[in-house]
Amino acid sequence: MNNASLQASEMTGMALTMYRISTWFKSPKPYLMLFGVGFLLTIWYLFVEVWQLPRFEDMPGLTEVVTEYFSPDPIYGLSVYTPEYYQHIGISLRRIAYAFFLATVLGVPLGLFLGWSKKFHEFIFPLFEVLRPIPILAWVPLAIIMFSGSETPVIFLTFLASFFATTLNTMLGVQSIDESYTRAARCLGANGWQTFRHVIVPGAMPYIFTGLQISIGVAWFSLVAGEMVSGQFGLGYVINTAYTMVTYPTIVIGMITLGVTGFITSTMVRMAGDFMMQWRVRELALGDN
Amino acid sequence: MSATMNADTNSQKSVIKGAIRIEDVVKVYDPDGAAVMAVDHCSIDIPGGEICMIVGPSGCGKTTLLNAIAGFHGITSGEIYLDNELLCGPGKMQAEPGSDRIVVFQNGALFPWKSNLENVVFGPMMEGKLSKEVIYDKAIKMMADAGLGGTEHSFPGEVSSGLRRRVEIVRALMLEPKVLLFDEPYRALDSLTKSVMHEALLDIYYKNKVTIFFITHDLEEAIFLGHRLIIMSSRPCKPKKIVEVDIPHPRDYSVLTSPRFRELMEEAKGVVNEEAKKAFEAGEKEG
Ligand SMILES: Nc1ncnc2c1ncn2[C@@H]1O[C@H](COP(=O)(O)OP(=O)(O)OP(=O)(O)O)[C@@H](O)[C@H]1O
Ligand SMILES: [Mg+2]
Repeated sequence: MNNASLQASEMTGMALTMYRISTWFKSPKPYLMLFGVGFLLTIWYLFVEVWQLPRFEDMPGLTEVVTEYFSPDPIYGLSVYTPEYYQHIGISLRRIAYAFFLATVLGVPLGLFLGWSKKFHEFIFPLFEVLRPIPILAWVPLAIIMFSGSETPVIFLTFLASFFATTLNTMLGVQSIDESYTRAARCLGANGWQTFRHVIVPGAMPYIFTGLQISIGVAWFSLVAGEMVSGQFGLGYVINTAYTMVTYPTIVIGMITLGVTGFITSTMVRMAGDFMMQWRVRELALGDN
Repeated sequence: MSATMNADTNSQKSVIKGAIRIEDVVKVYDPDGAAVMAVDHCSIDIPGGEICMIVGPSGCGKTTLLNAIAGFHGITSGEIYLDNELLCGPGKMQAEPGSDRIVVFQNGALFPWKSNLENVVFGPMMEGKLSKEVIYDKAIKMMADAGLGGTEHSFPGEVSSGLRRRVEIVRALMLEPKVLLFDEPYRALDSLTKSVMHEALLDIYYKNKVTIFFITHDLEEAIFLGHRLIIMSSRPCKPKKIVEVDIPHPRDYSVLTSPRFRELMEEAKGVVNEEAKKAFEAGEKEG
């Protein structure tokens, strides 16, 4: 009996991760993925450099980008050997971190209360629904007027989209909780606050993490929009200046970097979710077998 | 510890608590002004410690009655008493939900985000009267008694639906309720699991005498478990016939093949079919 529980808790930690990685390598998934990437690179290479198709001839070619990317002495000034490259990544990441943190810290509680209290919902939600559809780009002028400097407007813009996604999903999460759970909690003697803490919050957790997943995605989206308009550093700024300065390989370097960092951050959010919702991971793992 | 347990058994010997008296209860749902009468001047008297089975056609108002006892919604008129104390009635149309009447839900309501053990300790932990060690010790012991040893640290989603139901019943019993309210708890189970669950429930019942208010569609289940069957009329819900099941407890599955069981089945079946037909015809008219 004790043995079983020990095994279960072990499986949640390191062992489970290792097990998952090893099964992943045994499955066709990683090879299909490599094949997909290889296919895209080949198309790129053929279109631009070998066949030089119309509309593709001005595009930076695969070899050009790769040599630039890994050159200790890049022609256009940005490669994995230049400190500026990491400075741009660092600054973008810092903005994402601030915005995502703020959006989560404000959005999750707001969403929980919107779902929990009918009165609060009626009071706040209409306002929320009017502000939400406004595209992030439409906020740019106001953000620049409202906030001084170049840093805060960008963070504000990045925050906004994330905040709406987090709040809305959290609210839906609370509304999705089966009434039997709250009723059961009350039957078992839980008061309002205890029900909130032990039923509403964990019950909404799957939706909250879906929200955070969307939130981190739209954060990158609006970050780049913000950095292109105002800001002096960051990956969006790199892409925009590379465009105006006609240094095309740098555009592609910026894009690839965005893709990779974006992917890493959303993986981190997903792993945090799995960590906090062991019950879900284990339920889903059973479903797979 | 042992002293309190002695006191417990003594009080159990004298009077079993948990008598429910439903008097002239009416419940009208009023969505958008279209009044639906779900329960019509219904009176039922359930002595403490009885297993009372409620049978009736679908949609007749059984869940409505159960929710009124549990305190999930109010009643329109009438009174409900628990051990002669008013739960709801004039002046207080909705009962306060509480741990003296615990519901085991139609679809199960174990918290999937808590392990089975955490679910079982939930009630006493919320109450906060006992220390954590005492509560956990008791929970582990009760789970072992109910054949749930080894599943403590699994999540509800990881064990079979039959075990989940058992965990839910143990969770309810932790608070030593006077009444357990079951709303078709075994509806989704296959017949083999169901029969295992019936014996498990009786087993648990013989150890902890509580009043059981049990809604079901399954006549065989009703007669096998119950001291009494209350067959409800089609909507609005009201007792149509009461069948006393005079087969002595403790029972096991050999009861199913006894002649008396067959007789009771025939007796109940006639009434139930008649009501089901009425409900169906009423549905046709409405539709
Ligand atoms: N919240 C509600 N508002 C309006 N009408 C309702 C509401 N809840 C139930 N009803 C109606 O009241 C009647 C009785 O419902 P109830 O759920 O009590 O039936 P039931 O006997 O438990 O049925 P089943 O066996 O299908 O579970 C039904 O006709 C139903 O449509
Ligand atoms: Mg029902």
